[in-house]
Formats: sequence, structure tokens, C-alpha cells
Amino acid sequence: MDEKVSKGAKAPVKPIISFRNVSKRWGSTVGVDNVSLDIEPGEFFALLGPSGCGKTTLLRMLAGLEVPTEGAILIDGEDMGDIPPNRRAVNMVFQSYAVFPHMTVADNVAYGLKIDRVPQAERDQRVQEALDLVQLGHLAARMPDQLSGGQRQRVALSRALIKKPKVLLLDEPLSALDAKLREAMRFELSQLQQKVGITFIMVTHDQDEALAIASRIAVMNKGSIAQLGLPSDLYEFPASRFVADFIGSVNMFEGTLINDKPDEATVACPELEPHRVHVPHSVAGQETSSVWVAIRPEKMSLHKDASAPPVVPECPPAHNVAKGEIKEISYLGDISIYHVMLDNGRLIRISRPNRSRFDQDNFGWGEKVWVSWVGSSPVVLQS
Amino acid sequence: MALKRAPLEYNRMWQMRAWLFAVFFFLYAPLVALIAFSFNDSKRITVWRGFTVRYYEKLFNNDSLLLAFANSLTIAFVATLISLVIGALAAVLLWRYRFIGRTVVEGTFALPLVVPEICMGVAMLLFFTRVIPWPNNLIWPFNLGSIIIAHVSFCFPFVALVVGARLASFNKEQEEAARDLGANDWQAFRDVLLPHIRPALIAGGLLAFTLSLDDFVITFFTSGPDTVTFPVKVYSMLRFSVTPEVNAASTMLILLTIMLMVIMMVMQSRAAKKFKG
Repeated sequence: MDEKVSKGAKAPVKPIISFRNVSKRWGSTVGVDNVSLDIEPGEFFALLGPSGCGKTTLLRMLAGLEVPTEGAILIDGEDMGDIPPNRRAVNMVFQSYAVFPHMTVADNVAYGLKIDRVPQAERDQRVQEALDLVQLGHLAARMPDQLSGGQRQRVALSRALIKKPKVLLLDEPLSALDAKLREAMRFELSQLQQKVGITFIMVTHDQDEALAIASRIAVMNKGSIAQLGLPSDLYEFPASRFVADFIGSVNMFEGTLINDKPDEATVACPELEPHRVHVPHSVAGQETSSVWVAIRPEKMSLHKDASAPPVVPECPPAHNVAKGEIKEISYLGDISIYHVMLDNGRLIRISRPNRSRFDQDNFGWGEKVWVSWVGSSPVVLQS
Repeated sequence: MALKRAPLEYNRMWQMRAWLFAVFFFLYAPLVALIAFSFNDSKRITVWRGFTVRYYEKLFNNDSLLLAFANSLTIAFVATLISLVIGALAAVLLWRYRFIGRTVVEGTFALPLVVPEICMGVAMLLFFTRVIPWPNNLIWPFNLGSIIIAHVSFCFPFVALVVGARLASFNKEQEEAARDLGANDWQAFRDVLLPHIRPALIAGGLLAFTLSLDDFVITFFTSGPDTVTFPVKVYSMLRFSVTPEVNAASTMLILLTIMLMVIMMVMQSRAAKKFKG
């Protein structure tokens, strides 16, 4: 899969982590397939993908808990080759938190320093600091079974950070928390990262989480990196159907490129006929080649049915429009999602913010509507 | 008027209560009789002649019985230690690794649990007289070696079973977390895995100890004239007549076993409570 080169893809400074052609196979099963990736110091990097895409394996290889079949992993320029997990300058927060149940909170946090034979006085002081960092100072004497899920996660965080790692690894850090707490912890995690100033690498299957926290994201699919970039790049400029579909929701239409000029292109989609899709830029594909048009639900507009199609600015007439009927409205408070059945049977999603408490347009179930979008909304994908 | 019985309240039927009483009576009355008659002031066991602790005094002055008791304790202690190590290692091996023939290995571990004791006994007799003849002129406690080996062979599967059950609830990420925080393999085992299986080791150890202490059949086939254990000694005393002294000895054995079982149950319920929290 070719990578979209965008402003987020190149690391200008010396990377703290380098994956070089890393593969991991178990027999004939491929976990990670030839991944090369550089991560800069100070980043909050997210590995995002569906389950089984290899993201956790990549993280575990970085921690030394799995050994790559091929390729090299460099931490701060040093090849990790045969170096065991206990001698790597990274620490991990596990998905289950893996807090030691038979030790107090303070003993859990102190564990790494005890192993390193840090003298008692310094150890006590650093434990206190590490606990204060995650606001757990008052719970130092508690046993893990007396803590809530969120508190246990803080113990795991503080236990990993006390070792002053060059990189902190987080495996699905928020998946075990309930919705409200998850929201709060997202914010806290990025605050924490700014405070300690080290690189964080997070594995997640939750695209909202990755978009909200990460400074850069690698979307993974079937063991490879599907796309690497800033959160906004991935959302607004997806490089493939997989990325467009995996991040956010999208209306996807298959079609044929019938006109491709330097400053405009036209795509004919059977599901939108007789209307066509017009974009004000070249697609740089071959005419008559198969392409996919992806349009985000919030980048489409609804219009009350008039016999003539609505006029879309800077667009040839009768392009970037479609006629249909509202089949269902999901009212979510802040936005509403309209499920519109197009005339030729295709169901699409359109979202509208509920800006006013009194909706002037007041679309109703079963209403005939026109759908339109401006030329800059669609993304034309070739894979 | 008595309240009506709910459909599943069988415990309120008088027939059920009678049945329950009958079961308990035939289970425990013999034991109670045994203990009661150990205090009987009579040569013959059948007639009650009054209370005495004479036979207990006699018991504690019977050198050959005391030696048998010391033998039993020594065998149980050593066999338990060896069983703990072998059993725990076996459990960890089966839990951690998936390998070809794993089920077969697991099955052979369980074999001593299902093979009839008498067969085990005969097998051991054959083994230690024909295959590897155990020298019977060794000094104490080395002359107990063959019995200890025989006991380990049926004790360690119990330890493996108990430890294996405990391991099933272990979160492997804890061990990985220890490694990640700087521990080497041994430190991770000592600081994380061992504390987790400690209750199972205690329970399994007590189980092995009791099994070894009580064993008669297998020991009977492996013990020689100088290596008599307590149960074997009681049996040989019985061959002459059922004296109150035999009763007293049996009572001592029962008491010791019950004590160990109680300790084990307390340990287990404590561990269960800890695990629940």
C-alpha cells in the first residue's frame, strides 16, 4: 500500500524510535509485515487499527516482550537486537494495568527502583513524586483491590514513569474505563505527557481516542501501516478506502474517472446517476479507471425538495447533487444524523449540527430532499 | 400451624432429615466409637469398664510405635518438599508452554491419581526389589528413600493439580510488567508468580503431607522390617488383637490429619477471599 506523503510523515529530527523493515510471523501467520517507522522525541504517537492489525505486536516488540522475525528496532539510535525487556529504556502501561495485587500502591510504584537497587531514601522521595504526578499521593498505603479502575491505571502510569523511560508505551490505556472517565483521562494523559515531556506511544482501536490525544497517528491494517500522518490529515485526506472508512464515518461511492484535467476532474458513479461528482483539482489517475468517492456525512447538505436541483457554487450545474428521501433521523442532541435513501436505492448518512434550539428547516421522516456538497468535500480514492 | 413447604425446600421434609441423620450416623459413629473406646479401661475392646488414659501413656512408651511415628513424619516431610518442587514446576510447565504431547504429559501426571493403590503398591515393590534394588542396610533416614520416592510419585500430581488451578487465574501481563520494570526472569518469578501461587503451594503441600502420612497400601509394599510407618505399625498391632492401644494410636492419627485439613481449609478460604477482592 503506498503511503501518502504529507507534512506529518517525515521526522526532521533524530528519531527516538526507529522500526526498520520489521516483520513478525508465527508460522504462516503474519502479525507485522515489513513496517518501517520513525518516531520523534516528544511526540504523542498513536498506533491505530482494528483488532489483529499488528499494532499491539509492534508495541510489544518495542518493549522486548516479542522478538521480531526480521528487521531492526532502534531506541535512541541503539539497536535493540537481543536486549531483553528489563534492559530497555522504555516502560509500558499494560491493557490490564497489571498492578501487582500483593503489593501496596507505594510498593508497586517502587518496584522498578527496588530492582535497580536505588537507595531507600532516594526511592521514597521518587515514589512520592511519581504518585503526586498522578494525584495518588494520599493512597500510597492502599492495596490494589481497594482502588477503582481509574486509580489502578494511575498506579500503572506512575509505576512506569518513575523509571524515567525515554518512551512510555501505552497498550489500549483507556479501553477498560467507562465513557465519562475515558473522556477525562484523555485530557489527563495529554496533560501528563506535556508535563513529563517524554515520548508516548499509544496503541488503540478507538479512532476518537487517537484523534483526540495523538500528535501523529499510524493507521495499521493487516500488519502494515496504511497511512501515517497528523490526525487532521488522516480524517480529511485519507489515502485509501480503508483509512477513510476506519477513521470517522463516510459515504463511499464507486465510480469511473471520466474527465481528469489539471484543475478539475469528474467522476461518474452509478449510484448517483444521472448526477456526477465534480472536484476542483486533478485526480492524477487514468481516465476510465475505477475510483472511489468518499464524502464525510458533515460535509453534505440537505435541501427542501424543489423540482430543480440546488445550485452548488463553483460547480457545473447538476453536479454534486443527489435526490432522495429521509428514511430515519437520529437525534443525538448536539447533532442529528439523517439517513437518506437516494432514488436508486443507496442509503447515505448526513449529519447536521443542531445550532438553534428551534430548527427552521425541520426536516421530517419520509420527506423528499435534495442532497448537495461543494467540490472540496469529496476525496477521490484510487485504492 | 407449620408454614407450607416451598417446592425446593427439601430440607424441611422429615424423610429428608431422617435420611441425612442416617448418613451421618453411619459415616461418623464408627469414628466416635473408636475414639471413645480408646479411653476404655479394659483389655477387651467390646466391654466398657470406665474411663482411662492408660493406653495413651502406653502408646508414648512404645518405642517401636514412636519410631514408626518418627518415620511417618520424616517421610511425609521430605516427600512433601520434593512433591512441592516437582508438582509446582510441572504445573508451571503445562500452564506456560504449548507443546506437542502436552495432553499426554498432563495425562501421565494424573495417572497416579487413577491407578488403583494396590497396583501402585505392587509396582513399587517390584521396582525396588527387581529393577532398582533399594539397599536395606542404609542408616536412618536414608533407608526410607524408597518409601519417599513412592510417596512423591502419588503426592506430586495433587500439588500440580492445585497449583495448576491457581495458575489459571494468573494475569501474564503482571509477569511482563515485572520484566518491563527491570526484573530478570528469576526476579519476575520470585516477585510476581510465586506470591500468586503461594496459597496453592501451602494447600498442595498440606494435601501431600496428609496423603503421605495416611498412606497404608503403597507403603505396606515398600517398607521393610526397619522402615515401618505409623499406619503400617497400627496394622501390625491389629493382627494380634484390637486393643485400646490400637484405638489410641488411630485416634492420634485422626487428630493429626484433621488438624492439617483444618489448616488447609482456612488457608484456602483466606486465599479465595483475597482473590475475590
